[in-house]
Amino acid sequence: MLAQQLLNGLVVSGVYALFSLGFTLVFGIQRILNLAHGAVFMTGAMVAYYTVDGGGPLWLAFILAIIVSGCLSVLVEITCFRRLRKTGDEEFGGVVSSIGAGLVITTIAQQISSTQILRFPFETFPVVIFRFWDLRVSMLQLFMAGAALVMVLILGYLFYKTAFGRRVRAVTDNERAATLMGINPNRIYMQTYFLAGALAGAAGVLVGLAFNSISFVMGEPYMMFGFAIIILGGLGSIPGALLASVIFGMVQTLTIAYLPSGLTDTIIFAALFLILLVRPHGLLGQEDAGNLGGRR
Amino acid sequence: MLELRDLKVAYSGIQALRGVPLDVAKGETVALIGPNGAGKSSLLNAISGIVQPESGTVTVEGADLTGARPWDVTKAGVLQVPEGRKVFSEMTVLENLLVGETALHGRAPTFDLDAVYEVFPILDERRDQRAGSLSGGQQQMLVIGRALMGGPRLLLLDEPSLGLAPVIIAQVFEALASLQERGLTILLIEQNAHLALQASDRAYVIEQGHIVKSGVSAELADDPEVTALYLGHA
Ligand SMILES: Nc1ncnc2c1ncn2[C@@H]1O[C@H](COP(=O)(O)OP(=O)(O)OP(=O)(O)O)[C@@H](O)[C@H]1O
Ligand SMILES: [Mg+2]
Repeated sequence: MLAQQLLNGLVVSGVYALFSLGFTLVFGIQRILNLAHGAVFMTGAMVAYYTVDGGGPLWLAFILAIIVSGCLSVLVEITCFRRLRKTGDEEFGGVVSSIGAGLVITTIAQQISSTQILRFPFETFPVVIFRFWDLRVSMLQLFMAGAALVMVLILGYLFYKTAFGRRVRAVTDNERAATLMGINPNRIYMQTYFLAGALAGAAGVLVGLAFNSISFVMGEPYMMFGFAIIILGGLGSIPGALLASVIFGMVQTLTIAYLPSGLTDTIIFAALFLILLVRPHGLLGQEDAGNLGGRR
Repeated sequence: MLELRDLKVAYSGIQALRGVPLDVAKGETVALIGPNGAGKSSLLNAISGIVQPESGTVTVEGADLTGARPWDVTKAGVLQVPEGRKVFSEMTVLENLLVGETALHGRAPTFDLDAVYEVFPILDERRDQRAGSLSGGQQQMLVIGRALMGGPRLLLLDEPSLGLAPVIIAQVFEALASLQERGLTILLIEQNAHLALQASDRAYVIEQGHIVKSGVSAELADDPEVTALYLGHA
């Protein structure tokens, strides 16, 4: 039974990882908390739902969701952050304007969905259960874990092994020096926001499929967990976000399985509080990560 | 190679450059010396597009680069090594060098990795080390090497000797001499006038945003006013 719960926990962790990687990526490069990230996640689920609703196949829904979420995320960067960056006020102002963008997106989604909870038609994702030893794994769970793993690996490859990744890390490290090496930071920002949004959108589709429930407010709990995850992992740290996603996914699944309901969030956030007492910069965080704008 | 005409730079009211003329010919090393706050870095940043000049012109090989964006300036082969050794500290030495290739924007490289390692052998030894963990002198070599990877036609150096021990300064300037031998055009900023005049063909003296003197470096080094003000008791 424990093995089954650990397995379930791992699938949940994958979704958290997809959500929080983009969140932490943006923070790492701009020192900005993009609070519209949850709305982008929700948009991914909505796009997938309406594609399937309109008769499209699931793979198309998935791809469209990723593209639309990525583009929406770029739009948030251009409208909310770029102008503020020119004035040098992006740290606080950016947080506020991204809350605004999140509200606008959520409200539009509310209008489109008529405040309804949307459900994929039956068998949109084939219901197949595999059993081995004592474990039950659905094909959807395998797909979720596989998709999350593949996307995390692609992101890791891009980030650590390609010229593109080196440029992103250069801008993260020292924007002025990167600019002097011929890098246009605005382009890097747009590419980073696209990746962040695409991952969040993918997470949205997976969550929508897993619970078969899609609504305009579905981003909110993820925003809260994502926030906690990137703080636990260390703001801006990619390995940290991965580690914290696994911890969160596991702890959440296990507390739901073995403890009275309602205690889950209390336990998770109490644990977060205790960990931060010992490690104020998070598990894998840098000393100066919380120092907004410190490295400019 | 580089022509500045009547260049003016101001930061919200503070006049940093008050109409500067300056020329660098192909293949020569020109030094710009002057005290703290004289406007030396402002001049480089105006060339690099980090600050927008209030008026005046920046011309590189006949092309007008006045007010160009920093990445477009690198396209023209003008590469700045900023003051304070701004390495990408979380990345390895090799990764830092590879980022330099961005400045090529499709131009043919003039220095490849091997050529950079030849100038700075220590960078080869430390290629997989985190740049932030290098010593100050090694970091200075890394930022110069990084700029070399960007195929410079004109290299702008902002106080490469700042905060380094004399032995290390000598190493850095030896490397610069080898770059000069290869025909690289350099505009060198220094507070250490002695060093700058030794390493350059011609020099300009800047004070409070004005060029107050210019000439052949060897002659400036003998100029009584320059000696009194900048070469101290040496
Ligand atoms: N970003 C800025 N905002 C406001 N004022 C600035 C800025 N940068 C430079 N200044 C001012 O412009 C003047 C010239 O500065 P600059 O950095 O060009 O001098 P410098 O000759 O490079 O000095 P140092 O030798 O100390 O590096 C100084 O008065 C400085 O205070
Ligand atoms: Mg300076």
